[in-house]
Amino acid sequence: MSNNLRIALRFLTARKRSMLMSLSGIVFGVGFFIVTQAQTSGFEEFFVKTILGTNGAIRIEDKLQATMFFMPATNSYQESEFQLKTPREARKYIEGVEEPDAMMKALREFRNVSGVSIIVEGSVIADSSFKNDTAKVLGIRLDDHLAVSDLAAQVGRGSGSLDDFRTTPQGLLMGLELAKRLQLVVGDSVILRAGTEQRRYRLSGIFTTGVRDIDRIRIYMHLGEARSLLKKATGASSIQVALFDRDRAPQDAAQMEQVLKHGAQSWQEREVSWLEAFHALQISAALTVSTIILISGLGMFNTLAMIVIEKTKEIAILRSMGYTRQDIARIFIWLGAIVLVIGTVGGWLLGAGVTYGVSKYPIHLRGIFSADNFQVHWSIWHYVVGTITAGVVVMTAAIIPARRAARLEPGDIIRGTSQ
Amino acid sequence: MSAKVNSTADIALRCTNLHRYLGQGEGRVHVLRGVSFEARRGNVTAIVGPSGCGKSTTLYLLGLLDRPDDGSIWIRDQLMSNSSDSDRTAARGEHIGFVFQFHFLMQEFSALDNVMMPMRKLGKLAEDEMAARAASLLNDVGLGDKTHRLATQLSGGEQQRVAIARALANQPAIILADEPTGNLDAKNSGIVFDLLTRLAKENGQAVVLVTHNPDIANRCDEIKPMRDGEFVN
Ligand SMILES: Nc1ncnc2c1ncn2[C@@H]1O[C@H](COP(=O)(O)OP(=O)(O)OP(=O)(O)O)[C@@H](O)[C@H]1O
Ligand SMILES: [Mg+2]
Repeated sequence: MSNNLRIALRFLTARKRSMLMSLSGIVFGVGFFIVTQAQTSGFEEFFVKTILGTNGAIRIEDKLQATMFFMPATNSYQESEFQLKTPREARKYIEGVEEPDAMMKALREFRNVSGVSIIVEGSVIADSSFKNDTAKVLGIRLDDHLAVSDLAAQVGRGSGSLDDFRTTPQGLLMGLELAKRLQLVVGDSVILRAGTEQRRYRLSGIFTTGVRDIDRIRIYMHLGEARSLLKKATGASSIQVALFDRDRAPQDAAQMEQVLKHGAQSWQEREVSWLEAFHALQISAALTVSTIILISGLGMFNTLAMIVIEKTKEIAILRSMGYTRQDIARIFIWLGAIVLVIGTVGGWLLGAGVTYGVSKYPIHLRGIFSADNFQVHWSIWHYVVGTITAGVVVMTAAIIPARRAARLEPGDIIRGTSQ
Repeated sequence: MSAKVNSTADIALRCTNLHRYLGQGEGRVHVLRGVSFEARRGNVTAIVGPSGCGKSTTLYLLGLLDRPDDGSIWIRDQLMSNSSDSDRTAARGEHIGFVFQFHFLMQEFSALDNVMMPMRKLGKLAEDEMAARAASLLNDVGLGDKTHRLATQLSGGEQQRVAIARALANQPAIILADEPTGNLDAKNSGIVFDLLTRLAKENGQAVVLVTHNPDIANRCDEIKPMRDGEFVN
């Protein structure tokens, strides 16, 4: 053991009570830092999972008009406008994806793509025997869509079964809120009207994503059915893409736009306002809790300054025996470091314990997601950032008294004390 | 370190014309008024004089704990009075053992730890060698059975003896002791003084001590009487 550390350990006992106060401040500061970060990022994570499981990581929509080239005269979507440069806001899009199957094939070539699902979408009016309401129909190939969403789990949380949907050409999966409003249960039949078309379907399952805006209007049906109901014999409204690494979505989306000449939107871009709100919440929680650490740092500073005053005689003795100014400074830095280490380890344990406890605490949240207990996200980074914050505060609090102690002149102290 | 006399002659410590002012402004006092002095290896020198004449002040300067306002100090032929703090600190650790008038010990540490403290800094011995040497030094000053007592659990005289053992820990060439027997009875004064003289003779260490005890002073090799910040003869 370093001799300076040995001396520091003995000095530590000189002011046990105020040391314990600063120590517990750091334990609580670091602990709560971890807990609040685990919570805010837990809810963010849950929100991201919900939206990824509902709308996918990337959505391909709308053909980008190839304005750099001359349009073939036969192009049915041809427009009269002509541009040479295409800054993003000036780009022209043509609604929908024209050749979805070719597009699917192309998308599967991307290394990060784990699933692709074609969606044909349209507005309908849903009629139960009690009420009618507007809804949005999404025509899907079930197995493709299961690979890009959490639909299975969403139906699991609702009622009915996917198997029934799979085997029933006229089957529907309906959002919980919509089903409630139409007073429908699984097995009931419902009429969907789109334009002049009108057909009868059977409710195979009710799903709940937790996102109220979706559960209130969305209906899934088989792709072929959607094509005939919505009179969209070819093409697709959009393609939902799932990724292995969701964090690469913006780069992948940009690359897809380039290669496929279709608009591609990543989930980060799509949900930017929510993500920013979560982020702001997380930072404000970090700042609030950091004040606890800051205050215990002030206490720590105070305690160390008192120890320096109390131990001037010892400092003079050490200096007379050949201990250098750095040795003296290090003793006090060690004091800070000991408190820091014990405080942060205690903080980690407290943080982890409370995080675990909170994750078991039941709450009922609906709206932007559906959660039945507090959401927490376990990340080493919460512990690292908490530790760095405490480290900066405590070490700053230790360095100032340490420098003062190092500056003391042994002669002055001895004369001062011996008179 | 044997008693052999090397080329740097047998002068371990030398100072010339030391001046020291203490206090500020109106209260500024000319405490030392030109102190010159030599301490030889193997010699025990006593500085005597009335209270307040400047004995402790002189010793602090010689022990490199304080800086003179004028004059020079050589430790083993090295001019130290103007050298850097780190050089002075290193010299204190290696060549000087200091016994304070008000025997300062490290409060939270045992007698043994206190004696080991300078050795730990010097770092020339292994842990068990340091402990053995510290125990033997404490035995020499008559505290062989109290090595593990905390400083606070020792009497004034016992603390003083621990401080002496500590000053001897690194076998310094120079031992500066400010009234080392001030708190001791006749018997222990004798033990401590005999120890210091024996070391001076055996190891060729230069011992400079301040004392008010005429018996002790008379047994020294040299007596330097001081009055009003000057040596008088
Ligand atoms: N900080 C100070 N300011 C002014 N004068 C001081 C200061 N410290 C000490 N002195 C004076 O310096 C003189 C020398 O003090 P010093 O401690 O060297 O005396 P001493 O010879 O060791 O006395 P004693 O035998 O009592 O220990 C004294 O007259 C003292 O009053
Ligand atoms: Mg004195």
